[in-house]
Amino acid sequence: MKKKKKDWYGVIRVLAAVALAFIIATIIIAIVAEDPATALHKFFLGPFSTKRNFFNVIESMIPLVFAALAINIMHKSGLFSMAADSAFYMAGVTAASIAIGCKLPAGVHQVVIILAGALVGGLIGLIPVLIKKFCGANELVVSLMMGYLFFNFGYWLIREFFIDIANGSYSVKFEKTASLGKMIQGTNTHYGVLIMIVAVILVWILMDKSKFGRELKITGANRRFAKYAGINVGGVIVGSQFVGGAVAGAGGAVEMIGMYSKFEWIISVSYVWDGILINLLASTKPLFIPLAAFFISYIRVGATVMSRGGDVDAEIVSVIQGIIILLVASERFLYTMKKRQEEKEALENQLIEDKKAEE
Amino acid sequence: MEMFLKLDFWFTVFRCATPVLFATMAAMIADRSGILNLGMEGAMAIASLSGVLASGFSGNLLVGGFVGLFCGTLFTMILAYFIMNMKANQVIAGIAMNLAASGGSIFALYSITGDKNTSNSIQSKAFPSVEIPVLKDIPVLGDILSGHNVLTYLAFILAIVLFIVLKKTKFGFKVRAVGESPEAAESVGIKVHRVRYQTMFLSGLLASFGGIYMSMGYINRWTAGMIAGRGYIALATNAMAAGNSLLGMFASLLYGFGSSIAIYLQNMNMDPYMVTMIPYLAIIVFYVLFSLYYRHKNKQHESL
Amino acid sequence: MGKEILRVENLTKIYPGGTVANYKINFSADEGEIHALVGENGAGKSTLMKMLFGIEEVTDGKIFLRGEEIHFANSTDAIAHGIGMVQQHMMLVPSLTVAENLVLGIEHTTGLFVDKKQNVKDTEEISEKYNLKVDADKLVRDISIGMKQKLEILKTMYRGAKIIILDEPTAVLAPQETEELFEQLLNLKKDGYTILFISHKLNEVKYLCDRLTVLKDGKSIGTYNVSDVTVEEISNLMVGRDITLSYDKDETEIGDKILTVDHLNFVDKFGTKKLDDLSFSLRSGEVLGIAGIEGNGQKEAMEILTGNMKCDSGSIQFKGKDLTKLTIGKIRDTGIAHVPEDRNLDGSAPQMSVRDNISAASLKKFTNKFKLLDQKKIDEYCEESVEKFKVKTSGLNSMIKSLSGGNVQKAIVAREFTQDADVIVLNQPTRGVDVGAMEFIHKKILEMRSQKKSMVMVSADLAELQALSDRIIVFYKGKVVGVIDDVKQTTDKELGLYMLGLKQDSKEKLMEA
Repeated sequence: MKKKKKDWYGVIRVLAAVALAFIIATIIIAIVAEDPATALHKFFLGPFSTKRNFFNVIESMIPLVFAALAINIMHKSGLFSMAADSAFYMAGVTAASIAIGCKLPAGVHQVVIILAGALVGGLIGLIPVLIKKFCGANELVVSLMMGYLFFNFGYWLIREFFIDIANGSYSVKFEKTASLGKMIQGTNTHYGVLIMIVAVILVWILMDKSKFGRELKITGANRRFAKYAGINVGGVIVGSQFVGGAVAGAGGAVEMIGMYSKFEWIISVSYVWDGILINLLASTKPLFIPLAAFFISYIRVGATVMSRGGDVDAEIVSVIQGIIILLVASERFLYTMKKRQEEKEALENQLIEDKKAEE
Repeated sequence: MEMFLKLDFWFTVFRCATPVLFATMAAMIADRSGILNLGMEGAMAIASLSGVLASGFSGNLLVGGFVGLFCGTLFTMILAYFIMNMKANQVIAGIAMNLAASGGSIFALYSITGDKNTSNSIQSKAFPSVEIPVLKDIPVLGDILSGHNVLTYLAFILAIVLFIVLKKTKFGFKVRAVGESPEAAESVGIKVHRVRYQTMFLSGLLASFGGIYMSMGYINRWTAGMIAGRGYIALATNAMAAGNSLLGMFASLLYGFGSSIAIYLQNMNMDPYMVTMIPYLAIIVFYVLFSLYYRHKNKQHESL
Repeated sequence: MGKEILRVENLTKIYPGGTVANYKINFSADEGEIHALVGENGAGKSTLMKMLFGIEEVTDGKIFLRGEEIHFANSTDAIAHGIGMVQQHMMLVPSLTVAENLVLGIEHTTGLFVDKKQNVKDTEEISEKYNLKVDADKLVRDISIGMKQKLEILKTMYRGAKIIILDEPTAVLAPQETEELFEQLLNLKKDGYTILFISHKLNEVKYLCDRLTVLKDGKSIGTYNVSDVTVEEISNLMVGRDITLSYDKDETEIGDKILTVDHLNFVDKFGTKKLDDLSFSLRSGEVLGIAGIEGNGQKEAMEILTGNMKCDSGSIQFKGKDLTKLTIGKIRDTGIAHVPEDRNLDGSAPQMSVRDNISAASLKKFTNKFKLLDQKKIDEYCEESVEKFKVKTSGLNSMIKSLSGGNVQKAIVAREFTQDADVIVLNQPTRGVDVGAMEFIHKKILEMRSQKKSMVMVSADLAELQALSDRIIVFYKGKVVGVIDDVKQTTDKELGLYMLGLKQDSKEKLMEA
């Protein structure tokens, strides 16, 4: 009874989708590149070419992990809010503001920044769900609009208060005390990696081990059942949006003071799509999120290395990501396999029933 | 405040409303048949780029327009296939297509022309502006309503056509039946899938018109991210219009109004980012107000 | 009466997964008659009709129309053969007008446009002709249920139906509307239409129909002339069981009133008064059975008692608290467990594991001071529950929807019976489960009774009520009309009289309830 059955079907499906996406990408690269062999080599193995490239994968997976964790919590309730992007960006703005405007001792400074980022993120996460609750407006539409709104708003704040006149688009430098500090010499990898690991563990505990997480899952699976079982459905949903937003916000703050020494986000920063993809790949299990994020980060860095070669643009990654999402999200992709598995399970149950009946 | 007195300001309202009106209609026709088409943002990006490229290479405006419409519509039909035949979640499928389109369009531009993010090396054609006889001679009204791009006129004409199609034609009835009660439609022999493919085709076509307007009318080149969420804004304007394309016209003009303010303030040397916020903020506020109104109205209806 | 128009021979329907819904059904209908199909819920009436209308595939057996064998691939086929169906859930488009719904898919057009005038004219004509009054220009969402039903009937006739199937048409109608409908159906009969009338309201059948066929457990019991049988006889045919349920009950002492339902009122969104000053009480240690034809307020009363619905007025006293003022969670904390009517909609999350489903209502119990769940205790609890309640599953990780209906129900019963609640609300505890699971659940109910738990049990199965209850109260139109203290001595016939509103106990006796 105790043995857990592996969900091989899910794994095979994801692998097949990834493989199919890579095949399509390979064909496109082969058509576009002047020297396809070199381009493909760089794409697939580029991240291993230098130490810097490899750790590039590590540091660029940090925001991906935070975004994916946020999406994991926010979408579990069945609410489709994209507010994580707004939360992430505004937390970055908040982090930069505190990093420039406050003088605090190192250690305290970073903690204050990350907590402030999380708070701002959480509050932004609440906007779509509260608007939905009180006005009935669709959370998806509102949160998508919010992305554009908060990018312009946040960057305007930075320009208004912290702009470096000499540069014209970036802010002035952060206080030295605000930086997270480089963890590995000769790379950009910062101590945010550790914070990311802590975040993964905390979210894993929240979602898989806590009462709140279980209630959230039940609510997402069948809201009527959750209500009937005595769960405070409204509270759980609103709570999930705040916590999810806070995780995204913490991610934005970590990214800001880990990677940058001044505010440089002059175009909007979007991680929700990656977050959704990572959750699809990780079948929404928090502990698998770093793995899936590593994969996405890897192909990103690979594509960047390839694009330095000149003739293939790194944006091919978006196409690959799009194809993977599309296939994994398709119920009918490798459907017969699933049907067979389900039939098998039903049969097994039937057999046990028969056996018990004999006894 | 004096900007509201300027005729230019009101002219710009219509100019800015055009792409959103196309997209609103695209959202509406899909929505009326029961599909949430989230892929308009992507369809607009694809159409705007392929239009520019095709017109640049062929040197022919109509070829450009046609190719733009074709690519954007094809893009939407792929999405329709995944939603209906592959049973993908329509929101996630739409997101995936948009992601592929936003990156794919930049990738394609670079691969074909070597341009990064902006189509500088392509000499694209643009749809012309036209003066409307009689109307142009009327003071004030003529200044605001005449001299627009042909696609602007097309958008407003199509909004009226769509209104009539949905309200008066057999096809319109089918669409509404399928959208509101697919079982009822099925029970009288209407083929739900077929109708939804038809509406997605029209949706893709309309969104593509919005796309080619952006790159071959509104401005005359393609830049990455130029759609700037107009495909998503259309979801809000469509919700505000509640399935009525004449109201959709009004909702799009509200957006155009916000945009026009932004453009004017920017010309008055206000921070560009502060003013870019305005149309998005306006749309959120209007959308929330409309939602409140509809909720109130529904409650009243229920209590009857 | 005319000659035979429709006949089915040995019609059988087996759903994927092996559920036998219809088995060798035989009956025939004559031209120009109103033929009733009666049977309890789950007797297979709807499945039979869906096969006749081409919505469900026929597994085995034959359908003859005017002597010729026919096969329907879909409902369009059935419509083409002159069969129309008015389903319980109306197949109408709310934002279209009455006329537009009537002609949907086959509109008259002039050029590009739908010919509104002609469509309205058609509607008015057909409405006039059959004396089924509808407002052609009104939007469907603004018309009454009664008019919607007339529209549905007109829709079938507009498409050329000669045989009209009505699936429990009166379930949603007010009494006056029902009367009107019957008058119109009798008119249609005069015009030579054949009507198949599905119902479990026997007095309606008695009033309206010429012949009736009784279905039970998916089989046809027989066809009778309505004039030859009494309501009581039909009722016996419908609910009478081959196997009688009899269990040895422990002698337990029934205590004082533990829960009191006081003057509950509730009006549903269609404006029907579902609960009408309902009062009754539950004594500690008893199984209180609630009988009644479906739709007489039992469901609403249980939903309000467990907090899933809010009443308009009245109170429910339990342990010094008014349950109508509490949330579901608080009601459960006070000591009320609930086996809901619909196990897939409310009773479980089908996509989740057996573990998640069994533990869902006891999460609080397994939460430590850090708000974390004690997985080990949950596993122990779930395994114990699965063991004790003989839930047959390949493991706690199995999705609950992979289990058979009987096992899902046992899992739900396991969850609710282990809540340590003083009162357990049972709403149709064995509906649609196999005999084995049913007997098992019955035994568990008696076990709980031996442990001095109090239970309220709503059931459509009279044998079940008689076998388990210490007392039975009968609901009719949102009120208690009968109290049966001596359950053993009562008969189906007596219960039937109460259920149909033909018999009512004195006020004094009802006050005691």
